[in-house]
Parts: sequence; structure tokens; C-alpha cells
Amino acid sequence: MQLELVLQYLVAGLTYGTIYAVVGVGFNIIYNTTGIINFAQGEFVMLGGMTAVTLHRFVPLPLAIAGAVAVTMAAGALVEATCIRWLEKPSVLRMIIITIGVSILIRELALVSWGESVRALPYFTGNEVSSLTLGGVHVSPQVLWSLATCVLIVVFLWFFFQHTSLGRQMRACAANRDAAALCGIATKNLVTLSFVLSAGIGALAGCVVSPITYTAYNIGTGLAIKGFTVAILGGLGSSMGAVGAGFLVGVLEAFSVSLMPAAYKDAISVAVLLAILFLRPSGLFGSGAAARLKTA
Amino acid sequence: MLGSRYARVALFLAAVVAVQLLAHAAEKPFFLTQLTMAAYYTLVAAGLSLLMGYAGQISLGHAAFFAIGGYASGYLTTVDLTARREGPLVAVLARLHVLVPHADLYGGEALSFHPWAAFAVAVVLTLAVAWLIGVPVLKLKGHYLAMATLGFGTIVYSILLASESLGAADGLGSVPPFPLLPGISVGGGRAARVANYYVAWGLVALALLVLSSLVESRVGRALRAIHGAEDAAASMGVDVARYKLKTFVLSAVLAAVGGSFLTHFNAGIGPAEAGVMKSVRYVAIVAVGGMGSLWGTVATSAVLTFLSLRGYFGTLDDAVFGAVLIAVMLFSPDGVLRFDPRGALRTARDRLRGSGVAG
Repeated sequence: MQLELVLQYLVAGLTYGTIYAVVGVGFNIIYNTTGIINFAQGEFVMLGGMTAVTLHRFVPLPLAIAGAVAVTMAAGALVEATCIRWLEKPSVLRMIIITIGVSILIRELALVSWGESVRALPYFTGNEVSSLTLGGVHVSPQVLWSLATCVLIVVFLWFFFQHTSLGRQMRACAANRDAAALCGIATKNLVTLSFVLSAGIGALAGCVVSPITYTAYNIGTGLAIKGFTVAILGGLGSSMGAVGAGFLVGVLEAFSVSLMPAAYKDAISVAVLLAILFLRPSGLFGSGAAARLKTA
Repeated sequence: MLGSRYARVALFLAAVVAVQLLAHAAEKPFFLTQLTMAAYYTLVAAGLSLLMGYAGQISLGHAAFFAIGGYASGYLTTVDLTARREGPLVAVLARLHVLVPHADLYGGEALSFHPWAAFAVAVVLTLAVAWLIGVPVLKLKGHYLAMATLGFGTIVYSILLASESLGAADGLGSVPPFPLLPGISVGGGRAARVANYYVAWGLVALALLVLSSLVESRVGRALRAIHGAEDAAASMGVDVARYKLKTFVLSAVLAAVGGSFLTHFNAGIGPAEAGVMKSVRYVAIVAVGGMGSLWGTVATSAVLTFLSLRGYFGTLDDAVFGAVLIAVMLFSPDGVLRFDPRGALRTARDRLRGSGVAG
């Protein structure tokens, strides 16, 4: 394969990797505070993209994106308040089924309100054909937007969790919920916050990549599986790991297209997921502590 | 115990007869078509009920087993091996009447597998796949098991969708009827409607008999112990991994039987049968029926699947299943039949009071 072609695939992989990384990070935020894997995580991404497309008909692009993020955050809060908050120590099986139910409801609501058509926001700068040439590779400016957004999200989360009181409270809640509650931390509100946060970053990523990857009512399940793969691959609970794993899975997928029919592209990440679960449940970058929860 | 099990199955069969007579009396014989289809989906739900309710293991991939069974039967009974007639294997199979000639779509003659042979292959294939998937997957717990089975389901779905020889997005069509016994065959057609209805629900009754005797046996006690506390069960000498695997494989085979029969009944199958939403539906049915309640699951499956197939939920079909799933899991996680309104009210009141103090 020529070097340029390799680089071209690499860029495509990084673009898709951005969204997987952000979904993976979203899983981590909620998992850390609640121990729940939110199966509706992919739907937040869809909701963000679709809402922004609708809002963009009436308001300029930045406002539309801000509005979409706000709407999705509200949806995240609503989900937590109605389905999670008031349950007393629910079993894992129960939580899985509830979040799956939530994901179906969101998806069907999207189908009713937006129909089956595939949508996309316009390119933030330039259009479909405009490209920058970096080292012989043609890169759409939108790819740079996506990468920058991903970096921004990670930096923001790092700052939030390390240097703000609220972020520290959330970490305390993750480490030991009962102890955190004894110290006067309102753990229930932090769980709501984790849903809001995770919905918000999902929506933002959904907006930024939509010009390239498009969005439709049914993209959520696929994204959830890939995001989960990424979260596991990076070591559950580790945001940096999720970002690295996200790019890895994205690039793997992009190269798989050159080797086998595109229809099997989705099978790649699932194969990676299964392989990781069986061979190294702690993830590539994770520790053994999280792994003990997974296997008998 | 023994008496009550047979009594229940007898009661169940009486209900089956009553429904048929009711449909006849109401002059709605066409309802039997959807009821027959519902029976085959009920087989999947019954198997899953054993896996989820008794062994406590979730599977979001059971639609894939249903599709494997259906596609195996559909493909083998429609594939034309006339061109390879001279090959030694094909010749031997034809001599043994495993392969039978039949008229193809265009009036010509085709050589395909006998439905019984195809059915046997479908069951063995599903058994093998379930075993291969089950050994590694069942080592996982909770979320990981859910995601891994979901992933398995999506792989099967995308393979079916991408395979030209399996009809890609259109699926398989013109699958011949299944001559079950002389005079009785599983297939479409108005004349055979009543017979097919009884074949389908008779099969469900048979499955229930097997499953309920399993539940009340040593195996059932072991499964309940696993659900309750896996480590404790293991320390008491229960071979946890083996019981889980056997339940998984049994439920997968039941799903494949349902898929195989329904493919003959509908004369075809499409990739949507393997879709994630189908798997979620089976989980929803088990959840509503009450985890660990075979009879509740069968009743729920019959009602919900029938209503869905008749199109009563309209375009909100999937949304109904989603909403039902959430509502049941929030308010009555042991199933609607065990809903305790007074208990729910009490907890709701305590919650409100509790949050009032905290807030």
C-alpha cells in the first residue's frame, strides 16, 4: 500500500475514532459514579446531532449546537430522575434492562419526530470538497474540528475532575459512595450530574462529526457497542485509555475496509470486544481491579 | 409436584383449545395465523426465561439463534444441488433420500435437502454455535455478558445482511412446507390453518413439559442456587459453569427450533429476525412475564406477540416494548403477575418522605 493511502485511511480512522472515544468516555463517567453501564449512551450522540440539525433551520450553527447540547443534557437529567434516582440498590440485570428500555424509547421517539432519513449539519468551515493538504494527505477541515473537540472535551474533563470541588466530589463518590455520603456529599445529585455531563459530551461529539459520518435515528446501538468496546479496551473507568482505544478501534475499522467487504466493518469492533473480554478483561491500559468484576 | 406439572400442561392445552374455539366462534379464523407465529416466538421466550430467570444470565443475542435455525432450514431446503449431482457426497445423500427432488420457482426440478434433514442440521448447527459462543461468553457477568451477547447478535445480523447466497436484505423465500407427519405439514395455506395452530402450540406444550420438569429437578435447584449466589453455589459443589452452559445451549436450541418451524410456516425468513430489537423483545417478554416464571412468560409472549403481529401497536410497535420494559423493571421487577400495589405504594410514600427530609 502506498504511504499516502495509508495516511488517508489513518485520517478516516481518527475521525470515526473521535466519536467512539467520546462515547467510551461517556460510559466511564456514568460507570464511575454509579457502577451502571448506560446502554442509552449512543442515543445521546444521536439526539445531539438530530436536534442540532433541526435547530439549525432557525438559528445560526453555534447556537444550534449549544441548544442541542442543552436539550440532550436535559434529556440525560430526565432519564436519571425518572429511571435511576429513586431505585434502592437495583440489581445489575435490572439496570441493564432499564437502560436498554430507555435507549429504545429515545430511538423510537426520534423515529416518530424525525423519520428515517439520514441527516447532517453543514461543514463548519468550507464544504464537502474543501481540504487542507498536510504532508501529502488531503484532510477535510471538519476532521480537524472533530479532533480539536475531542481534545477539548478531554482537557475539560481532566480539569473538572482534578481541579474543581464538584469534580473531586464525583471522584470521592466513585471511590466509595457510602463514605462520600457520610462526608456530606449529595451523592444522588452527583449521579444526575454524571448523566448530564455524559449526555452533554455525547451530544457535542454527535454535532461535530455529523457532517462527515451523518446521523440517523438508529445509529445509537452501533455506537453503544463500539463505545463500550473502547471503554473496555482502554480499561473501564479510565478516560485517557478510552480516548487512545477509540482512535485504535477507529483506525482498525478504517483499514479493515481495504481488506474485506465494507459490510463486515461493524463486525471488527465486536470481534475486538469479544477478544478483549476473553483474553484481557482489564483492558490494554487498565488494572486488574476492574477486571475482577467481569469474570467469575 | 409431578401431578401439578401435568395438570398445568393440561390446563395450558385446554386454554389453547379454548382460544381456537373462540376464534372460530368469533368468525376470525385468520387470527390463528398470528397465533401460530406467536407460538414459535414463544419457544424463544420460554428458553430465555429459563436462562434469565433461573440461571440469572442475560442474553441479548437470542434472535441470532432463532435466525440461525430459520436460515439453516430455509437455505438447505431451497438450495439447488442438481449441478453437483455427480459428486459422490451428493449422490449418496440423494440415495438416502436426505436430498429430495422438488419443483423449483420456475417449474423446473431442483434437488434440495429434505426438511427433516435440514431441521436436524439447523439444530446441530445451533448447538455447535451456542456451545462455541457459550464457553467464553458465560465466564462474563452482568454488563459484560449483556454486551458480548449483543455483539454476537449484531455480528450474525451483519453477516446475514451481507451474504448474497442468503438473499442479503431480502432474505430467503419460497421455502417448502415441512411434512412433519403424514398428513400434517408446517406451512402456509388457509386449509392447514387449524392444524398448524395445534402443531405450533403443541410444540410449546412439549417444551413447557420439558422445561418445567427441568426446573423442578436437581438441575432447577442448582440453577436457582446459581442465580441466588454463584460463589455459594460453587462452594456447595454445584458445577456452575457447566449448568450455565447447558441452559444457554438448551435455550439456543429452542430458539432455533422456533426459527426453523416459523421459516417453513411463513415460507421464508429475513435478516430482521436476527436484529437487536428482536432480541430485546424476547428479554422484554421474559421481564414482563416475571423472571423465573415459565407460565407467566408464555402467557405474556402469547398476548404481546399476537397484538404486535396483528399490528395493534401501529408504528409505535418497538416503543411499546421499550415502555413496557421500563415500566415493569421500575415498578415490578419480578413481573406483572407478582405486582404488589400496596408494597409499591408504601415504598413510594417512604421515598417521598425520605427525600423531603433530605431536601
